[in-house]
Amino acid sequence: MWGRYIRRRLFQPAFVLWLAATLTFLAFYFTPGDPAQTLLAASGAGPAEIAQRRAELGLDAPLPVQYIRYLVNLLQGDLGQSWLHGRSVARMIGEQLPPTIELSLAAMIIGVFLGFALGILAAIRQGTWVDTLTTTLAVVGLSTPTYWTGLLVILFFSLYLGWLPSTGDGSFQHLILPALTLGFALAGAIARLVRARVVEVMGRQYVLAARARGIMPRPVLFIHILRPAIAPVLTVIALQFGFLLGGAVITESVFARPGLGKLAIEAILWRDLQVVRGVVILGAVVYVLVNLLADLAQAWLNPRLRDELT
Amino acid sequence: MWLALVCLAAILAPILAPHGPGVTNTAASLQPPGPNYWLGTDLLGRDLLIRLLWGSRWTLGMALGGLAVTIGVGLPLGIMAGAFGGWVDTVLMRLVDALLAFPGLLLAMAVVSLLGSGIGAVAIAVGFAAAPGYARVVRTAAVEVRTELYVEAAHSVGCTPWRILVRHIFPNTITPLIAFAATQLGWVLLNGAALNFLGLGVAPGTPEWGAMLVEGRNFLRDAPWVSAFPGLALTLTVLAANLLGDSLQRAFEPR
Repeated sequence: MWGRYIRRRLFQPAFVLWLAATLTFLAFYFTPGDPAQTLLAASGAGPAEIAQRRAELGLDAPLPVQYIRYLVNLLQGDLGQSWLHGRSVARMIGEQLPPTIELSLAAMIIGVFLGFALGILAAIRQGTWVDTLTTTLAVVGLSTPTYWTGLLVILFFSLYLGWLPSTGDGSFQHLILPALTLGFALAGAIARLVRARVVEVMGRQYVLAARARGIMPRPVLFIHILRPAIAPVLTVIALQFGFLLGGAVITESVFARPGLGKLAIEAILWRDLQVVRGVVILGAVVYVLVNLLADLAQAWLNPRLRDELT
Repeated sequence: MWLALVCLAAILAPILAPHGPGVTNTAASLQPPGPNYWLGTDLLGRDLLIRLLWGSRWTLGMALGGLAVTIGVGLPLGIMAGAFGGWVDTVLMRLVDALLAFPGLLLAMAVVSLLGSGIGAVAIAVGFAAAPGYARVVRTAAVEVRTELYVEAAHSVGCTPWRILVRHIFPNTITPLIAFAATQLGWVLLNGAALNFLGLGVAPGTPEWGAMLVEGRNFLRDAPWVSAFPGLALTLTVLAANLLGDSLQRAFEPR
Protein backbone atom coordinates (compact mmCIF):
# COMPACT_ATOMS: atom_id res chain seq x y z
CA MET A 1 0.00 0.00 0.00
CA TRP A 2 2.77 2.34 0.85
CA GLY A 3 4.59 1.37 -2.28
CA ARG A 4 1.58 1.92 -4.43
CA TYR A 5 1.11 5.35 -3.01
CA ILE A 6 4.68 6.29 -3.71
CA ARG A 7 4.44 5.04 -7.23
CA ARG A 8 1.32 7.07 -7.83
CA ARG A 9 2.90 10.10 -6.31
CA LEU A 10 5.94 9.82 -8.49
CA PHE A 11 4.09 10.11 -11.72
CA GLN A 12 3.21 13.74 -11.61
CA PRO A 13 6.62 15.11 -10.68
CA ALA A 14 8.22 12.97 -13.32
CA PHE A 15 5.84 14.31 -15.89
CA VAL A 16 6.36 17.86 -14.78
CA LEU A 17 10.10 17.44 -14.95
CA TRP A 18 9.87 16.03 -18.41
CA LEU A 19 7.74 18.92 -19.51
CA ALA A 20 10.10 21.37 -17.89
CA ALA A 21 13.08 19.79 -19.59
CA THR A 22 11.30 19.95 -22.91
CA LEU A 23 10.40 23.58 -22.47
CA THR A 24 13.97 24.36 -21.61
CA PHE A 25 15.19 22.56 -24.67
CA LEU A 26 12.77 24.40 -26.93
CA ALA A 27 13.54 27.74 -25.41
CA PHE A 28 17.23 27.37 -25.92
CA TYR A 29 16.84 25.79 -29.30
CA PHE A 30 15.04 28.75 -30.74
CA THR A 31 17.45 31.29 -29.42
CA PRO A 32 19.39 33.02 -32.12
CA GLY A 33 23.11 32.55 -32.06
CA ASP A 34 24.77 29.24 -31.55
CA PRO A 35 28.13 28.19 -30.20
CA ALA A 36 29.75 27.50 -33.50
CA GLN A 37 29.10 30.98 -34.68
CA THR A 38 29.95 32.69 -31.44
CA LEU A 39 33.18 30.86 -30.92
CA LEU A 40 34.56 30.94 -34.39
CA ALA A 41 33.23 34.16 -35.83
CA ALA A 42 35.27 36.00 -33.26
CA SER A 43 38.45 34.43 -34.49
CA GLY A 44 37.56 35.26 -38.07
CA ALA A 45 36.66 31.81 -39.27
CA GLY A 46 34.90 31.40 -42.57
CA PRO A 47 31.44 29.92 -43.13
CA ALA A 48 32.84 26.53 -44.06
CA GLU A 49 34.60 26.16 -40.76
CA ILE A 50 31.58 27.31 -38.88
CA ALA A 51 29.46 24.74 -40.65
CA GLN A 52 31.96 22.05 -39.82
CA ARG A 53 32.05 22.99 -36.17
CA ARG A 54 28.34 22.98 -36.11
CA ALA A 55 28.29 19.49 -37.47
CA GLU A 56 30.79 18.44 -34.83
CA LEU A 57 28.59 19.77 -32.11
CA GLY A 58 25.63 18.03 -33.61
CA LEU A 59 23.78 21.24 -34.18
CA ASP A 60 22.82 20.55 -37.76
CA ALA A 61 20.65 17.58 -36.96
CA PRO A 62 16.91 17.99 -37.34
CA LEU A 63 14.87 19.06 -34.32
CA PRO A 64 13.50 15.67 -33.23
CA VAL A 65 16.93 14.10 -33.39
CA GLN A 66 18.48 16.82 -31.29
CA TYR A 67 15.62 16.53 -28.87
CA ILE A 68 15.98 12.81 -28.39
CA ARG A 69 19.69 13.17 -28.00
CA TYR A 70 19.10 15.86 -25.44
CA LEU A 71 16.75 13.72 -23.41
CA VAL A 72 18.99 10.72 -23.51
CA ASN A 73 21.95 12.77 -22.42
CA LEU A 74 19.93 14.32 -19.70
CA LEU A 75 18.95 11.01 -18.24
CA GLN A 76 22.55 9.99 -18.18
CA GLY A 77 23.49 13.15 -16.44
CA ASP A 78 25.22 14.67 -19.40
CA LEU A 79 24.37 18.31 -19.70
CA GLY A 80 26.54 19.11 -22.65
CA GLN A 81 29.68 21.13 -23.03
CA SER A 82 30.23 24.63 -21.91
CA TRP A 83 30.70 26.88 -24.90
CA LEU A 84 33.03 29.12 -23.05
CA HIS A 85 35.23 26.64 -21.28
CA GLY A 86 34.70 23.56 -23.34
CA ARG A 87 34.30 21.47 -20.22
CA SER A 88 31.50 19.22 -19.21
CA VAL A 89 28.66 21.30 -17.84
CA ALA A 90 27.75 18.60 -15.41
CA ARG A 91 31.21 18.60 -13.97
CA MET A 92 31.32 22.37 -13.69
CA ILE A 93 28.03 22.35 -11.87
CA GLY A 94 29.19 19.54 -9.66
CA GLU A 95 32.16 21.57 -8.61
CA GLN A 96 30.15 24.60 -7.74
CA LEU A 97 27.35 22.76 -6.07
CA PRO A 98 28.73 22.05 -2.58
CA PRO A 99 29.21 25.66 -1.49
CA THR A 100 25.74 26.52 -2.67
CA ILE A 101 24.21 23.57 -0.87
CA GLU A 102 26.13 24.50 2.23
CA LEU A 103 24.78 28.00 2.16
CA SER A 104 21.25 26.89 1.36
CA LEU A 105 21.12 24.38 4.16
CA ALA A 106 22.55 26.77 6.69
CA ALA A 107 20.11 29.47 5.65
CA MET A 108 17.25 27.02 5.73
CA ILE A 109 18.09 25.91 9.26
CA ILE A 110 18.27 29.47 10.45
CA GLY A 111 15.16 30.45 8.54
CA VAL A 112 13.10 27.53 9.76
CA PHE A 113 14.08 27.91 13.39
CA LEU A 114 13.65 31.63 13.44
CA GLY A 115 10.48 31.46 11.41
CA PHE A 116 8.90 28.82 13.59
CA ALA A 117 9.90 30.56 16.77
CA LEU A 118 8.51 33.88 15.63
CA GLY A 119 5.39 32.36 14.16
CA ILE A 120 4.50 30.33 17.20
CA LEU A 121 5.28 33.20 19.48
CA ALA A 122 3.02 35.49 17.51
CA ALA A 123 0.27 32.92 17.48
CA ILE A 124 0.12 32.19 21.16
CA ARG A 125 0.36 35.85 22.02
CA GLN A 126 -2.15 36.65 19.37
CA GLY A 127 -3.44 40.19 19.41
CA THR A 128 -0.83 41.56 21.76
CA TRP A 129 2.08 43.82 21.01
CA VAL A 130 4.27 40.78 20.73
CA ASP A 131 2.15 39.58 17.88
CA THR A 132 2.24 42.88 16.09
CA LEU A 133 5.94 43.24 16.54
CA THR A 134 6.83 39.81 15.28
CA THR A 135 4.44 39.99 12.37
CA THR A 136 5.83 43.31 11.32
CA LEU A 137 9.30 41.93 11.61
CA ALA A 138 8.31 39.05 9.42
CA VAL A 139 6.86 41.21 6.70
CA VAL A 140 9.87 43.46 6.74
CA GLY A 141 12.06 40.42 6.55
CA LEU A 142 10.50 39.19 3.40
CA SER A 143 10.23 42.58 1.79
CA THR A 144 13.82 43.48 2.19
CA PRO A 145 15.99 42.61 -0.70
CA THR A 146 18.58 40.08 0.36
CA TYR A 147 21.29 41.90 -1.46
CA TRP A 148 20.66 44.93 0.62
CA THR A 149 20.56 43.15 3.96
CA GLY A 150 23.70 41.41 2.87
CA LEU A 151 25.47 44.68 2.28
CA LEU A 152 24.23 46.12 5.53
CA VAL A 153 25.28 43.06 7.40
CA ILE A 154 28.69 43.26 5.84
CA LEU A 155 28.86 46.88 6.81
CA PHE A 156 28.10 46.33 10.44
CA PHE A 157 29.58 43.04 11.31
CA SER A 158 32.53 43.02 9.07
CA LEU A 159 33.68 46.51 8.43
CA TYR A 160 32.71 48.30 11.55
CA LEU A 161 32.88 45.63 14.14
CA GLY A 162 35.37 43.48 12.37
CA TRP A 163 33.98 40.32 13.82
CA LEU A 164 33.40 38.27 10.75
CA PRO A 165 34.88 38.09 7.29
CA SER A 166 32.84 39.67 4.58
CA THR A 167 33.84 37.80 1.48
CA GLY A 168 35.18 34.54 0.38
CA ASP A 169 34.76 31.05 1.53
CA GLY A 170 36.51 28.34 3.38
CA SER A 171 35.60 28.38 6.99
CA PHE A 172 32.60 28.33 9.19
CA GLN A 173 32.95 32.00 9.87
CA HIS A 174 32.62 32.72 6.22
CA LEU A 175 29.31 30.99 6.29
CA ILE A 176 27.68 32.87 9.11
CA LEU A 177 26.91 36.21 7.54
CA PRO A 178 25.54 34.96 4.24
CA ALA A 179 23.48 32.30 5.97
CA LEU A 180 22.07 34.84 8.38
CA THR A 181 21.17 37.20 5.58
CA LEU A 182 19.38 34.61 3.56
CA GLY A 183 17.87 32.98 6.59
CA PHE A 184 16.35 36.18 7.81
CA ALA A 185 14.37 36.70 4.63
CA LEU A 186 13.25 33.09 4.68
CA ALA A 187 12.23 33.35 8.31
CA GLY A 188 9.89 36.19 7.49
CA ALA A 189 7.93 34.15 5.01
CA ILE A 190 7.85 31.08 7.23
CA ALA A 191 6.85 33.00 10.33
CA ARG A 192 3.78 34.38 8.65
CA LEU A 193 2.56 30.98 7.58
CA VAL A 194 3.37 29.29 10.87
CA ARG A 195 1.46 31.92 12.72
CA ALA A 196 -1.58 31.60 10.50
CA ARG A 197 -1.56 27.87 10.76
CA VAL A 198 -1.09 27.72 14.52
CA VAL A 199 -3.82 30.28 15.07
CA GLU A 200 -6.13 28.22 12.95
CA VAL A 201 -5.37 25.01 14.78
CA MET A 202 -5.66 26.71 18.10
CA GLY A 203 -9.22 27.60 17.37
CA ARG A 204 -10.20 24.07 16.69
CA GLN A 205 -12.63 22.21 18.81
CA TYR A 206 -10.37 19.63 20.25
CA VAL A 207 -7.90 22.20 21.44
CA LEU A 208 -10.57 24.19 23.19
CA ALA A 209 -11.90 20.98 24.65
CA ALA A 210 -8.51 20.01 25.95
CA ARG A 211 -8.03 23.33 27.58
CA ALA A 212 -11.47 23.20 29.09
CA ARG A 213 -10.61 19.85 30.58
CA GLY A 214 -7.93 21.63 32.47
CA ILE A 215 -4.82 20.38 30.76
CA MET A 216 -2.07 22.87 31.33
CA PRO A 217 -1.34 25.08 28.33
CA ARG A 218 2.18 23.86 27.70
CA PRO A 219 1.52 20.20 26.91
CA VAL A 220 -1.54 21.20 24.98
CA LEU A 221 0.57 23.39 22.82
CA PHE A 222 3.14 20.85 21.94
CA ILE A 223 1.11 17.75 21.56
CA HIS A 224 -2.13 18.86 20.08
CA ILE A 225 -1.31 21.98 18.24
CA LEU A 226 2.05 21.52 16.71
CA ARG A 227 1.63 18.20 15.10
CA PRO A 228 -1.23 19.08 12.75
CA ALA A 229 0.12 22.56 12.36
CA ILE A 230 3.44 21.43 11.05
CA ALA A 231 2.29 19.38 8.11
CA PRO A 232 1.21 22.08 5.68
CA VAL A 233 4.11 24.17 6.76
CA LEU A 234 6.37 21.46 5.44
CA THR A 235 4.85 21.99 2.06
CA VAL A 236 5.45 25.65 2.32
CA ILE A 237 9.04 25.15 3.33
CA ALA A 238 9.49 23.01 0.29
CA LEU A 239 7.93 25.69 -1.84
CA GLN A 240 10.18 28.28 -0.31
CA PHE A 241 13.09 26.21 -1.37
CA GLY A 242 12.77 27.85 -4.72
CA PHE A 243 13.23 31.17 -3.04
CA LEU A 244 16.20 29.74 -1.24
CA LEU A 245 17.89 28.69 -4.43
CA GLY A 246 17.38 32.05 -6.03
CA GLY A 247 18.39 33.83 -2.88
CA ALA A 248 21.54 31.77 -2.67
CA VAL A 249 22.56 33.06 -6.06
CA ILE A 250 22.21 36.63 -4.91
CA THR A 251 23.84 36.08 -1.57
CA GLU A 252 26.77 34.39 -3.18
CA SER A 253 27.23 37.40 -5.36
CA VAL A 254 27.06 39.81 -2.47
CA PHE A 255 29.53 37.92 -0.35
CA ALA A 256 31.73 36.88 -3.22
CA ARG A 257 31.28 33.26 -2.37
CA PRO A 258 31.98 30.57 -4.92
CA GLY A 259 29.01 28.55 -5.99
CA LEU A 260 26.32 28.11 -8.57
CA GLY A 261 25.44 31.77 -8.46
CA LYS A 262 28.74 32.85 -9.79
CA LEU A 263 28.64 30.11 -12.39
CA ALA A 264 25.23 31.11 -13.61
CA ILE A 265 25.92 34.82 -13.73
CA GLU A 266 29.12 34.38 -15.63
CA ALA A 267 27.38 32.05 -18.03
CA ILE A 268 24.64 34.53 -18.71
CA LEU A 269 27.00 37.41 -19.22
CA TRP A 270 29.05 35.43 -21.67
CA ARG A 271 26.06 33.82 -23.25
CA ASP A 272 27.28 30.38 -22.39
CA LEU A 273 23.81 29.03 -22.81
CA GLN A 274 24.60 25.39 -22.20
CA VAL A 275 25.66 26.18 -18.67
CA VAL A 276 22.61 28.31 -18.07
CA ARG A 277 20.41 25.55 -19.32
CA GLY A 278 22.16 23.06 -17.09
CA VAL A 279 21.79 25.18 -13.99
CA VAL A 280 18.17 25.87 -14.68
CA ILE A 281 17.38 22.23 -15.16
CA LEU A 282 19.25 21.34 -12.02
CA GLY A 283 17.28 23.93 -10.15
CA ALA A 284 14.05 22.46 -11.38
CA VAL A 285 15.08 18.93 -10.50
CA VAL A 286 16.12 19.85 -6.99
CA TYR A 287 13.00 21.87 -6.44
CA VAL A 288 10.69 19.13 -7.62
CA LEU A 289 12.56 16.58 -5.54
CA VAL A 290 12.32 18.66 -2.40
CA ASN A 291 8.61 19.15 -2.91
CA LEU A 292 8.14 15.47 -3.49
CA LEU A 293 9.94 14.69 -0.26
CA ALA A 294 7.78 17.18 1.56
CA ASP A 295 4.67 15.57 0.16
CA LEU A 296 5.80 12.14 1.20
CA ALA A 297 6.74 13.34 4.66
CA GLN A 298 3.39 14.95 4.98
CA ALA A 299 1.60 11.79 4.05
CA TRP A 300 3.66 9.96 6.61
CA LEU A 301 2.72 12.45 9.28
CA ASN A 302 -0.93 12.54 8.42
CA PRO A 303 -2.26 9.19 7.29
CA ARG A 304 -5.48 10.71 6.09
CA LEU A 305 -3.70 12.21 3.16
CA ARG A 306 -2.63 8.88 1.82
CA ASP A 307 -5.98 8.22 0.28
CA GLU A 308 -5.69 11.28 -1.83
CA LEU A 309 -5.59 10.60 -5.51
CA THR A 310 -3.32 12.86 -7.39
CA MET B 1 -3.34 51.17 6.03
CA TRP B 2 0.19 51.85 5.04
CA LEU B 3 -0.97 52.78 1.62
CA ALA B 4 0.67 56.04 2.51
CA LEU B 5 3.99 54.44 1.77
CA VAL B 6 2.80 53.23 -1.56
CA CYS B 7 1.49 56.62 -2.44
CA LEU B 8 4.80 58.08 -1.48
CA ALA B 9 6.63 55.73 -3.75
CA ALA B 10 4.14 56.25 -6.51
CA ILE B 11 4.12 60.00 -6.27
CA LEU B 12 7.86 60.02 -6.38
CA ALA B 13 7.74 58.85 -9.93
CA PRO B 14 5.70 61.51 -11.68
CA ILE B 15 6.88 64.48 -9.65
CA LEU B 16 10.49 63.94 -10.34
CA ALA B 17 10.06 63.23 -14.00
CA PRO B 18 10.79 66.72 -15.16
CA HIS B 19 12.77 67.38 -12.02
CA GLY B 20 14.98 70.22 -13.03
CA PRO B 21 18.59 69.19 -13.52
CA GLY B 22 19.42 66.69 -16.20
CA VAL B 23 19.63 63.05 -15.30
CA THR B 24 22.86 62.68 -13.37
CA ASN B 25 26.51 63.24 -14.25
CA THR B 26 28.40 65.89 -12.39
CA ALA B 27 31.84 64.40 -12.59
CA ALA B 28 33.02 67.29 -10.45
CA SER B 29 33.38 66.46 -6.76
CA LEU B 30 34.00 62.94 -5.60
CA GLN B 31 32.26 61.24 -2.74
CA PRO B 32 31.51 63.67 0.05
CA PRO B 33 29.04 62.65 2.77
CA GLY B 34 25.66 64.04 3.88
CA PRO B 35 23.97 67.35 4.36
CA ASN B 36 25.16 69.57 1.53
CA TYR B 37 23.77 67.05 -0.80
CA TRP B 38 20.92 65.58 1.16
CA LEU B 39 21.76 62.00 0.55
CA GLY B 40 25.37 62.43 -0.36
CA THR B 41 27.00 61.75 -3.66
CA ASP B 42 28.45 58.74 -5.33
CA LEU B 43 31.84 58.02 -6.75
CA LEU B 44 31.37 60.25 -9.73
CA GLY B 45 30.00 63.08 -7.69
CA ARG B 46 26.44 62.63 -8.75
CA ASP B 47 23.83 63.77 -6.30
CA LEU B 48 22.33 60.67 -4.79
CA LEU B 49 18.95 62.15 -4.10
CA ILE B 50 18.48 63.11 -7.71
CA ARG B 51 19.65 59.72 -8.86
CA LEU B 52 17.29 58.07 -6.47
CA LEU B 53 14.38 60.10 -7.72
CA TRP B 54 15.19 59.45 -11.34
CA GLY B 55 15.87 55.85 -10.53
CA SER B 56 12.36 55.47 -9.26
CA ARG B 57 11.20 55.83 -12.83
CA TRP B 58 13.47 53.04 -13.95
CA THR B 59 12.77 50.71 -11.09
CA LEU B 60 9.05 51.28 -10.82
CA GLY B 61 8.68 51.29 -14.57
CA MET B 62 10.39 47.95 -14.73
CA ALA B 63 8.24 46.58 -11.95
CA LEU B 64 5.02 47.76 -13.52
CA GLY B 65 6.10 46.50 -16.90
CA GLY B 66 6.88 43.17 -15.36
CA LEU B 67 3.53 43.14 -13.63
CA ALA B 68 1.87 43.85 -16.94
CA VAL B 69 3.58 40.79 -18.38
CA THR B 70 2.56 38.72 -15.40
CA ILE B 71 -1.06 39.71 -15.70
CA GLY B 72 -0.98 39.60 -19.47
CA VAL B 73 0.29 36.04 -19.46
CA GLY B 74 -1.12 34.74 -16.22
CA LEU B 75 -4.63 36.09 -16.42
CA PRO B 76 -5.70 34.57 -19.73
CA LEU B 77 -4.05 31.27 -18.87
CA GLY B 78 -5.61 31.04 -15.48
CA ILE B 79 -9.01 32.20 -16.42
CA MET B 80 -9.32 29.96 -19.42
CA ALA B 81 -8.17 27.01 -17.37
CA GLY B 82 -10.59 27.76 -14.60
CA ALA B 83 -13.56 28.71 -16.70
CA PHE B 84 -13.42 26.00 -19.30
CA GLY B 85 -12.22 23.17 -17.19
CA GLY B 86 -11.77 19.78 -18.72
CA TRP B 87 -8.80 19.14 -20.95
CA VAL B 88 -8.07 22.83 -21.39
CA ASP B 89 -7.60 23.05 -17.67
CA THR B 90 -5.38 20.01 -17.52
CA VAL B 91 -3.16 21.05 -20.39
CA LEU B 92 -2.74 24.62 -19.24
CA MET B 93 -2.15 23.68 -15.66
CA ARG B 94 0.44 21.10 -16.56
CA LEU B 95 2.24 23.81 -18.43
CA VAL B 96 2.05 26.07 -15.44
CA ASP B 97 3.30 23.31 -13.18
CA ALA B 98 6.26 22.77 -15.41
CA LEU B 99 7.11 26.44 -15.26
CA LEU B 100 6.65 26.46 -11.53
CA ALA B 101 9.20 23.70 -11.24
CA PHE B 102 11.86 26.31 -11.81
CA PRO B 103 12.85 28.44 -8.86
CA GLY B 104 11.67 31.98 -9.53
CA LEU B 105 14.87 33.87 -9.82
CA LEU B 106 16.51 31.13 -11.83
CA LEU B 107 13.69 31.19 -14.31
CA ALA B 108 13.99 34.93 -14.65
CA MET B 109 17.72 34.60 -15.13
CA ALA B 110 17.20 32.00 -17.81
CA VAL B 111 14.79 34.22 -19.68
CA VAL B 112 17.17 37.12 -19.46
CA SER B 113 19.90 34.96 -20.91
CA LEU B 114 17.64 34.30 -23.83
CA LEU B 115 16.55 37.86 -24.34
CA GLY B 116 19.78 39.68 -23.88
CA SER B 117 20.30 42.62 -21.59
CA GLY B 118 18.52 45.85 -20.93
CA ILE B 119 15.69 46.82 -18.71
CA GLY B 120 13.01 45.61 -21.08
CA ALA B 121 14.45 42.12 -20.96
CA VAL B 122 14.55 42.21 -17.20
CA ALA B 123 10.97 43.37 -16.96
CA ILE B 124 9.78 40.67 -19.32
CA ALA B 125 11.84 38.01 -17.62
CA VAL B 126 10.68 38.78 -14.13
CA GLY B 127 7.11 39.27 -15.25
CA PHE B 128 7.20 35.96 -16.99
CA ALA B 129 8.64 34.24 -13.96
CA ALA B 130 5.83 35.55 -11.80
CA ALA B 131 3.15 34.62 -14.30
CA PRO B 132 2.65 30.92 -13.47
CA GLY B 133 2.04 31.67 -9.83
CA TYR B 134 -0.45 34.29 -10.81
CA ALA B 135 -2.13 31.97 -13.29
CA ARG B 136 -2.64 29.46 -10.51
CA VAL B 137 -4.41 31.96 -8.32
CA VAL B 138 -6.54 33.20 -11.19
CA ARG B 139 -7.55 29.67 -12.01
CA THR B 140 -8.63 28.97 -8.46
CA ALA B 141 -10.73 32.09 -8.41
CA ALA B 142 -12.25 31.24 -11.76
CA VAL B 143 -13.09 27.72 -10.68
CA GLU B 144 -14.86 29.02 -7.63
CA VAL B 145 -16.93 31.35 -9.69
CA ARG B 146 -17.65 28.73 -12.27
CA THR B 147 -19.67 26.71 -9.83
CA GLU B 148 -21.88 29.61 -8.94
CA LEU B 149 -25.50 29.54 -9.84
CA TYR B 150 -25.52 32.45 -12.18
CA VAL B 151 -23.00 30.81 -14.41
CA GLU B 152 -25.20 27.80 -14.73
CA ALA B 153 -28.10 30.08 -15.41
CA ALA B 154 -26.24 31.86 -18.17
CA HIS B 155 -25.26 28.57 -19.66
CA SER B 156 -28.78 27.27 -19.69
CA VAL B 157 -29.96 30.41 -21.40
CA GLY B 158 -27.62 29.58 -24.20
CA CYS B 159 -24.63 31.82 -23.70
CA THR B 160 -21.58 30.55 -25.47
CA PRO B 161 -18.73 29.59 -23.16
CA TRP B 162 -16.69 32.60 -24.25
CA ARG B 163 -19.46 34.95 -23.43
CA ILE B 164 -19.87 33.40 -20.05
CA LEU B 165 -16.22 33.83 -19.41
CA VAL B 166 -16.04 37.44 -20.37
CA ARG B 167 -19.27 38.73 -19.00
CA HIS B 168 -19.75 36.63 -15.92
CA ILE B 169 -16.67 34.88 -14.69
CA PHE B 170 -14.11 37.54 -15.29
CA PRO B 171 -15.83 40.44 -13.53
CA ASN B 172 -16.41 38.32 -10.49
CA THR B 173 -12.87 37.20 -10.16
CA ILE B 174 -11.38 40.65 -10.35
CA THR B 175 -11.23 41.39 -6.67
CA PRO B 176 -8.88 38.62 -5.51
CA LEU B 177 -6.86 39.08 -8.66
CA ILE B 178 -6.07 42.66 -7.87
CA ALA B 179 -5.04 41.76 -4.37
CA PHE B 180 -2.65 39.13 -5.57
CA ALA B 181 -1.35 41.41 -8.26
CA ALA B 182 -0.20 43.81 -5.57
CA THR B 183 1.77 41.08 -3.87
CA GLN B 184 3.25 39.98 -7.16
CA LEU B 185 4.29 43.54 -7.79
CA GLY B 186 6.43 43.32 -4.70
CA TRP B 187 8.03 40.13 -5.95
CA VAL B 188 8.62 41.50 -9.43
CA LEU B 189 10.15 44.64 -8.03
CA LEU B 190 12.43 42.76 -5.70
CA ASN B 191 13.69 40.29 -8.22
CA GLY B 192 13.93 42.73 -11.06
CA ALA B 193 16.18 44.93 -8.98
CA ALA B 194 18.07 41.79 -8.05
CA LEU B 195 18.79 41.05 -11.68
CA ASN B 196 20.05 44.58 -12.12
CA PHE B 197 22.13 44.17 -9.02
CA LEU B 198 23.73 41.11 -10.52
CA GLY B 199 24.59 43.13 -13.56
CA LEU B 200 22.27 41.31 -15.87
CA GLY B 201 19.99 44.14 -16.82
CA VAL B 202 20.62 47.79 -17.28
CA ALA B 203 23.83 49.26 -18.49
CA PRO B 204 26.15 50.37 -15.70
CA GLY B 205 25.57 53.95 -14.80
CA THR B 206 21.83 53.81 -15.17
CA PRO B 207 20.19 55.08 -12.02
CA GLU B 208 18.15 52.00 -11.36
CA TRP B 209 17.93 51.24 -7.66
CA GLY B 210 19.25 47.73 -7.85
CA ALA B 211 22.14 48.79 -10.04
CA MET B 212 22.88 51.65 -7.69
CA LEU B 213 23.33 49.17 -4.89
CA VAL B 214 26.12 47.53 -6.78
CA GLU B 215 27.87 50.78 -7.38
CA GLY B 216 28.26 51.38 -3.72
CA ARG B 217 29.63 48.00 -3.01
CA ASN B 218 33.27 48.70 -3.39
CA PHE B 219 33.49 51.53 -0.95
CA LEU B 220 31.07 50.29 1.61
CA ARG B 221 33.23 51.29 4.52
CA ASP B 222 33.98 54.77 3.39
CA ALA B 223 30.74 55.74 1.78
CA PRO B 224 27.97 53.41 2.88
CA TRP B 225 25.25 55.82 1.87
CA VAL B 226 25.73 55.05 -1.80
CA SER B 227 24.31 51.61 -1.25
CA ALA B 228 22.24 52.25 1.82
CA PHE B 229 19.73 54.64 0.35
CA PRO B 230 18.78 52.81 -2.81
CA GLY B 231 18.34 49.71 -0.73
CA LEU B 232 16.15 51.55 1.70
CA ALA B 233 14.06 52.87 -1.13
CA LEU B 234 13.67 49.39 -2.52
CA THR B 235 12.74 47.92 0.82
CA LEU B 236 10.14 50.54 1.52
CA THR B 237 8.56 50.17 -1.86
CA VAL B 238 8.43 46.39 -1.73
CA LEU B 239 7.10 46.61 1.78
CA ALA B 240 4.40 48.99 0.63
CA ALA B 241 3.44 46.69 -2.20
CA ASN B 242 3.26 43.69 0.09
CA LEU B 243 1.23 45.53 2.70
CA LEU B 244 -1.06 46.80 0.00
CA GLY B 245 -1.58 43.28 -1.21
CA ASP B 246 -2.22 42.13 2.32
CA SER B 247 -4.80 44.74 3.11
CA LEU B 248 -6.48 44.25 -0.23
CA GLN B 249 -6.69 40.57 0.38
CA ARG B 250 -8.16 41.10 3.79
CA ALA B 251 -10.65 43.59 2.41
CA PHE B 252 -11.90 41.15 -0.18
CA GLU B 253 -11.99 38.15 2.06
CA PRO B 254 -15.50 38.10 3.57
CA ARG B 255 -17.80 37.95 0.63
